[in-house]
Amino acid sequence: MKKQVTLQQEFIKGVWDSNPVLKQLLGLCPVLAVTVSAINGFAMGLAATFVMFMASLIVSTIRKTIPPQVRIASFIVIIATFVTIVDLVMKAKFPDLSKALGPFIPLIVVNCMILGRQEAFASKNKPGRAIVDALGMGAGFTIALVILGGIREILGSREFFGLQVLPDQFEPWLIMILPAGAFLTLGLMLGVVNMYTDRKKRMEHESIIAHYKRVGREELIEELEVK
Amino acid sequence: MELFIIFISAAIVNNFVLAYFLGICPFVGVSNKLSSAISMGMATTFVMVITAIVSWLLYNLILIPYDLAFLQIPSFILVIASLVQFVEMFIKKVSQPLYRALGIFLPLITTNCAILGLALFGSMREYSFVENVIFGVGAGAGFTLALTIMAGIREELDLADVPKPFQGAPITMIVAGILALAFMGFAGMI
Repeated sequence: MKKQVTLQQEFIKGVWDSNPVLKQLLGLCPVLAVTVSAINGFAMGLAATFVMFMASLIVSTIRKTIPPQVRIASFIVIIATFVTIVDLVMKAKFPDLSKALGPFIPLIVVNCMILGRQEAFASKNKPGRAIVDALGMGAGFTIALVILGGIREILGSREFFGLQVLPDQFEPWLIMILPAGAFLTLGLMLGVVNMYTDRKKRMEHESIIAHYKRVGREELIEELEVK
Repeated sequence: MELFIIFISAAIVNNFVLAYFLGICPFVGVSNKLSSAISMGMATTFVMVITAIVSWLLYNLILIPYDLAFLQIPSFILVIASLVQFVEMFIKKVSQPLYRALGIFLPLITTNCAILGLALFGSMREYSFVENVIFGVGAGAGFTLALTIMAGIREELDLADVPKPFQGAPITMIVAGILALAFMGFAGMI
């Protein structure tokens, strides 16, 4: 039996339930490297979303013609094509941003998040569903990057998207814009997300137990505990 | 002297994992046991040196003379992927013990961004051939170093009382942050 999933759920899945950065820990290299400021994170998120969107569209359209033996190589070539487009467009239109992101735009090619979506989703679904999935994952990725970049930028250089938000008396935490700050902030963010998920799961669990008690079927509770 | 500086810079001061964030996936994934960390480090270093050689030849003898530099990304990634496949077949044929030691780590390396990053940095900084190879060796040594230290710490960490939400990936990230801080001590060396 196949559960019917609406397009909306498909989108939300990428943003929260299986957020590529916070839940699946995929594609961490650019996440840590470019998030010195929120704007860099935003640009990186958009670039990755565009590549994922186009790659998912193409892969899901020609999914029946790609021989399964060479599918990974074909995915990589398709992804590399769009990464080249993004890289060249950024070099021409936004030279400053391109310089700030450095080699991390070309490195989108080997981002396991994008390849993972092609393999796990786009190669098995219709184009419409695949692009919604890509957009959801891209949105989740971008949001995580902007939050991480925002925290580091506010604490590290008192600014958010280039606007000063903290007063001059606040001494910037230099560590936040250094590599160490990226690891520390992401570690704490993952911890907080885990804490929230755990608490939600426990609350659901308790509400089920309360429901069983209400309807007087205590034997089901034991079954639940065993699980 | 120049070569020595490139080596130290790639291995310690600008460590690929802790300063450039390249190869985080294997760094988090494979660093829970010392023995597998060393195998992974060896395999990566091996592929890095070969990549440094081949990518330099490809870039400077084919892409530049024929004005094809825009094909850099797809050609690098394809060459690396086929190279890894080829190396794997070769090792399997020639040395069974080495093949068993490197095992599943070889194919995983294809999608390791440290490898592609190495090729891209090499062409971006316009190294000479020898410099590029030394850069590859240094980067591999640095990767192995970071992975080994991390694995050592994580083996100890198993005994520590970490709060539940922070177990696993979060605490690894925080430890990596402290490690990156420690590596910053080398920054003044060059």
